[in-house]
Amino acid sequence: MTTPLPSRPTAAPARTGRGLQASRTRVALLLLVPMLLVLAAVAGYPLLRTIYLSFTEYNILTDPAPKWIGLGNYWFTTEDGVGLGVLQIPEWWQSVWNTVKFTVGSVLLETVLGLAFALIINSKIRGRGLLRTAILVPWAIPTVVSAQMWNWMYNDSFGIISDWGQRLGFLQAGQSFLSNPDTALAALIAVDVWKTTPFMALLLLAGLQTIPSDMYEAADVDGANKWTQFWRLTLPLLTPALLVALIFRTLDALRVFDMPYIVKGNAPETITMSIYARQELILNSQFGFGSAISVLIFLIIMVFTAIYVTSLRVKFD
Amino acid sequence: MKRVLASLSLTLACAAVSQAGAVTLTFACDSVGQGFDECKKGADAWAKRTGNTVRLIQVPKETDQRLALYQQQLGARSADVDVYMIDVVWPGLIGQHLLDMKKYIPAAEVNRHFPAIVQNNTINGKLVGMPWFTDAGVLYYRTDLLKKYGYTKPPKTWNELSTMAQKIQAGERKTNSRFVGFVFQGKNYEGLTCDALEWIASFGGGTIVDSSGKVTVNNAKAVQALQAIQGLVGTVAPQAVTTYGEEEARNVWQAGNAAFMRNWPYAYAAGQEQGSAVRGKIGVAALPAGPGGKPAATLGGWQLAVNAYSKNPKEAAELVRYLTGVQEQKRRAVEASYNPTIASLYKDKDVLKAVPFFGSLYDVFTNAVARPATVTGSKYNQVSDAFSTAVYNVLTKKSAPGPAMKTLEGQLNRIKGRGW
Repeated sequence: MTTPLPSRPTAAPARTGRGLQASRTRVALLLLVPMLLVLAAVAGYPLLRTIYLSFTEYNILTDPAPKWIGLGNYWFTTEDGVGLGVLQIPEWWQSVWNTVKFTVGSVLLETVLGLAFALIINSKIRGRGLLRTAILVPWAIPTVVSAQMWNWMYNDSFGIISDWGQRLGFLQAGQSFLSNPDTALAALIAVDVWKTTPFMALLLLAGLQTIPSDMYEAADVDGANKWTQFWRLTLPLLTPALLVALIFRTLDALRVFDMPYIVKGNAPETITMSIYARQELILNSQFGFGSAISVLIFLIIMVFTAIYVTSLRVKFD
Repeated sequence: MKRVLASLSLTLACAAVSQAGAVTLTFACDSVGQGFDECKKGADAWAKRTGNTVRLIQVPKETDQRLALYQQQLGARSADVDVYMIDVVWPGLIGQHLLDMKKYIPAAEVNRHFPAIVQNNTINGKLVGMPWFTDAGVLYYRTDLLKKYGYTKPPKTWNELSTMAQKIQAGERKTNSRFVGFVFQGKNYEGLTCDALEWIASFGGGTIVDSSGKVTVNNAKAVQALQAIQGLVGTVAPQAVTTYGEEEARNVWQAGNAAFMRNWPYAYAAGQEQGSAVRGKIGVAALPAGPGGKPAATLGGWQLAVNAYSKNPKEAAELVRYLTGVQEQKRRAVEASYNPTIASLYKDKDVLKAVPFFGSLYDVFTNAVARPATVTGSKYNQVSDAFSTAVYNVLTKKSAPGPAMKTLEGQLNRIKGRGW
């Protein structure tokens, strides 16, 4: 063994220490600059541009350039008393309401089921390696593919789910869970739960595995039963992981676009905020108006995050 | 000898041209039914003749999806696609990004096409697309089943259709639990706009927005029409018809599970193919009429247009000229039942032999009702979207026809703002 590095003699410990710190900071900054530049280009610029466009009237196909109209895209009442701003339009509020229902429903179910899966996989049962791989399958399939797959399974004439529903008497011939406006959103939540529960389970499993096993041994010695152990030991220690997972899923669910769009298009009973934004931005070429919707989605998601982080005191470190 | 020489020199000339400027064109064509294959056949024939190459790209099935894509490309002034196949309602939306075909195609050739469509494609004096095939909604019926249940003729009114479909459905359900009376396009998209316009127009309820730009959709006859159709959903039409586009409806029909279908003419050739359960049992008629009204068919159809930012406008226009010409339109009519836009082809023996209903439904195709695309210009999509959503809410029984049309009127006036 040669002499370990730290034992190298240093002449003036205090000065060199500060110098070392300063140079480290400099190097760190230097290394960060390219990343910050890239971030500014791919995240900062589009965001600022969207915010700017939301204050303009701009049809990408017919207008040569954006025209400044201030808050007109958000709130504007004509002389005849007709509301033109997005906040005055029922379609927008419908999409907000749909999205909230979708988010609450799917995240709640995913958390409960994900926790159950994580606990099962974490317990010492046989074949848990296989189990862990198996539950990942839905998560691994691209959303476009799985959404179309479910769309076919829901199809009223050849879909297996409609077939079961019809055999069990939930559905009449020619009906599907998607075609009934009262069950369509629930049907979409089911797809999302199927797809995203594995993700939740994995995050929670990682949390579970950080809990030292000797704590359970101590609890056993103290005579706590499994139920008490779960509520008094597992859950409190899992909370940080649980909260991070909840935030991830909630934000994802709030901006959901692909799956509901592929399965239901822009049907009013399932239209989400992002689908509504796409409809105005892309299909109707209303870049100003659509940007205003995007900004609102951004604000809603930001508010949610702020509430989560402050009220639950999540620490990311 | 002279002819041989002439053709030889022509071949040489062609070869010289092709060597001088063989280009690769990108063509955003069709994907519904046999669309892609038929496009490829036509484009390849032209490519072989001229020595150029045509690359076909896959496009979305549904018309509004395609439009969303093309609007982004054109809005960004992209030269990625040289030739677009554009819907009959798009010239007002994207026309300013398309080339004026008058500069490339002689007037005599343009004038062979139906004047109404040429007019439709002319925006501010610019002919932005060449008519390729026209379309109008038609009623498909099962000749075998009509006979089996004692009918000699297809229904003339929506009431008759309802009665006949009910009887056939009740009878067929005994052996086939999947059988339904009537399928159409009920999903919330452009296709529903077409279907609903037909119902309303056939009741005498007008065309959503009239030619002067006034919103007319909130009237008693339109409400009556929607009431009648609302009554069909869940009884003779499956409730899930509200999730159907063209292809979903055709799949049910072609599997032999429907008595009637509203669709475009392309479904005829597709249904007559080998392996189709309804091969040889397909009848085609004009759509039914409302009480005191006349049958109405929505004008559909597609045009070929050249991207104004294309790097090879001349060759692209040549391709369009070839594909929209008599010979290719005839081939497409015979092989895939695409309606020609050239009147003389409706009297052509080969065409009539392949698609017999082209002759008997000639009036349906030439008198089809246009969607209010020209009058609403760049706002057409918003109009269509609001309309189809309102109708969708009626079909899913989320709102009653009367209040739905009243709300829609307000919405359309809001979209109209200070003018179309």
